[in-house]
Amino acid sequence: MAFPPTAASSVPTASLELDADVLVIGGGPAGTWAAIAAAARGAKVVLADKGFCGSSGATAPSGTGVWYVPPDPARRAKAMNSRWDLGGRLADPAWMRRVLDRTYDNVNRLAEWGYPFSDDADGRSIRNGLDGPDYMRLMRKRTKAAGVKILDHSPALELLRDDGGAVAGAAGVRRQKADTWLVRANAVVIATGGCAFLSKALGCNVLTGDGLLFAAELGAELSGMEFSTAYAMALEGGSVTKTRFYDWATFTFEDGSPIPGAASKGGRSVIARVLQSRRVFAQLDKADAETEQAMRYAQPNFFLPLDRVGIDPFRQRFPVTLLLEGTVRGTGGLRIVDSTCATTVPGLYAAGDAATRELVCGAFTGGGSHNAAWAMSSGYWAGSAAGEHGRHLRGRNRTVLRAGGVGIADGPGRAIDAAALTRAVQDEVWPYDRNYLRSGERLTDSLGRLDGLWRGARMAQAASLDEAQRTREGVAMLATSRWMYRSALSRTESRGMHKREDFPEKDDSQLHYTTSGGLDEIWIGHERAPSPEVEVLAA
Amino acid sequence: MIEVISEDRCTGCNICVNVCPTNVFAPAAGGIPVIARQDDCQTCFMCEVYCPDDALYVAPHATEITHVTAAELEERDLFGSYRRSIGWIRGGRPRPAPEIMQRLEHR
Ligand SMILES: Cc1cc2nc3c(=O)[nH]c(=O)nc-3n(C[C@H](O)[C@H](O)[C@H](O)COP(=O)(O)OP(=O)(O)OC[C@H]3O[C@@H](n4cnc5c(N)ncnc54)[C@H](O)[C@@H]3O)c2cc1C
Ligand code: SF4
Ligand code: SF4
Repeated sequence: MAFPPTAASSVPTASLELDADVLVIGGGPAGTWAAIAAAARGAKVVLADKGFCGSSGATAPSGTGVWYVPPDPARRAKAMNSRWDLGGRLADPAWMRRVLDRTYDNVNRLAEWGYPFSDDADGRSIRNGLDGPDYMRLMRKRTKAAGVKILDHSPALELLRDDGGAVAGAAGVRRQKADTWLVRANAVVIATGGCAFLSKALGCNVLTGDGLLFAAELGAELSGMEFSTAYAMALEGGSVTKTRFYDWATFTFEDGSPIPGAASKGGRSVIARVLQSRRVFAQLDKADAETEQAMRYAQPNFFLPLDRVGIDPFRQRFPVTLLLEGTVRGTGGLRIVDSTCATTVPGLYAAGDAATRELVCGAFTGGGSHNAAWAMSSGYWAGSAAGEHGRHLRGRNRTVLRAGGVGIADGPGRAIDAAALTRAVQDEVWPYDRNYLRSGERLTDSLGRLDGLWRGARMAQAASLDEAQRTREGVAMLATSRWMYRSALSRTESRGMHKREDFPEKDDSQLHYTTSGGLDEIWIGHERAPSPEVEVLAA
Repeated sequence: MIEVISEDRCTGCNICVNVCPTNVFAPAAGGIPVIARQDDCQTCFMCEVYCPDDALYVAPHATEITHVTAAELEERDLFGSYRRSIGWIRGGRPRPAPEIMQRLEHR
């Protein structure tokens, strides 16, 4: 079955058609908080997830630290300053403050909803961490209880728009039913997570940048796409990218001799360099028996793979690798234009990893609890605003048109070979010497091939229903890689996670956000960061 | 990667078909689900966590198949070990004393 061609005049149809005030695309923490917040404003809400809302996405299979800091000025200031220089002073202190406030409220609400926090020695509830499976199971339950209709296994493939260019819903497939869905909605929240390029980092293979592509097809802008070089450590051949405990590790070559300068924090690029030609081994030999006990409690899934292959990581050396997590633990994403997490497209909002996290993290996030805080805060704001906006437009009779392009609109060429396209993109973004350790020459070289892939893809005929999801994932990863590398090329300095071998130093004339957008032609713009001159932040 | 559905343990409830984020399983009429798209498995262990009968096993190898069998897994008591390790069992996951947990703070 072929998709109907995108034609401005064609009225889209689907096997399942729904009308709502708000459609949320993606059911991780950002999407579920958005859906609940929108419903709380009286909006009729539908949430569509590619996988299963509750087990899908980067949070569900992991434990997650949360930036939960009680409203004590000294503690808040400390929390903000601890990340200020790390993020290359590109964060926005005002946004940091409001995320701290919002996160504090949201996490306390989780406690009211019955999340099983444990107590410390003085009987105070410990709220700076959440177990992914419990957290997301609870969020699914609360989303349903709020009256939100959840569509599982229903990847969105494109947005819908009205004739004025405002968003009007989305359409996709129900992959377990082999048919299609369509939701007409006056407001849409993109909460599709980041883009990890199918690297099999824990929980990340549903995260292919789809929402970025859909939004860009309506003209939305991105920001900070050069901050997309998150690589996380895992057992060689494994998937569990939990990196914190490698702080207690010694890294060695295969023969057991130490790797000079190698460390999980501040020495990960050394490890990446070695991994290009040799294996790297780790052993958690800096942890004593009590630390081991604490670790096993704190992150059981760090140990599970090791236990299953019979490795004692405290007493034995084991081979490690670095898997690309791209923008999942990077910071780039859709550009947000105001405090409601609106994009530049009317009615379209962005939250979580799909939205730029520079506002709270600047040029670096990696480990740490800001991501979870950002997901729940931005989700809450985007959902609230979308709820208001959607309800306000209720009853308006709007023309609804398809907005999807490459891969599902019909062209004269052969259909895209999704697997081949995906491999070709991965070949440019996985290698450490292209993405992690960047240089102008190699970025330009990769961009030449990536642009060529785009020129080929845009001529393709529409994918079949069976291939539509993979095709659009391939196209989304391709688009994402091009925004990443164009942005990376334009930042001729090293700042935060963006490292240029040809520009190894910081250059304070580049204290700006790199904005980008466009599909056939990618444009790059600059916007000055709000207050990079401030040395120390106040709460 | 997902490797084993134990025919002895599985009751055919199809929960795994539903919760797998990458749609690896397919329901089989009147029987137990099949691993239909093993290549798509992202080794996230969520199916194991949600299986009410501890009938699934995900090997920690994300890129190669180990060919482990249900009999070996029974022998090593590995069915249900993920669920037990994260504390999705009665009593949860007992938290060590605060002095011990503090060990994680100073790095
Ligand atoms: C191993 C690991 C450990 C981490 N640990 C921490 C930590 O300790 N602290 C911290 O703060 N952060 C951590 N992070 C980051 C954190 O998990 C993410 O920032 C967070 O999950 C983002 O939430 P989200 O809702 O934006 O995206 P996700 O949780 O990734 O959810 C996105 C959802 O969108 C769905 N989706 C994608 N495309 C489509 C589509 N086309 N149609 C419909 N649905 C779609 C997916 O199925 C998924 O359910 C970690 C990440 C990883 C990978
Ligand atoms: S969840 Fe477990 S018991 Fe249910 S069908 Fe899957 S394997 Fe069988
Ligand atoms: S490990 Fe994850 S991806 Fe693999 S089958 Fe189980 S739920 Fe699906």
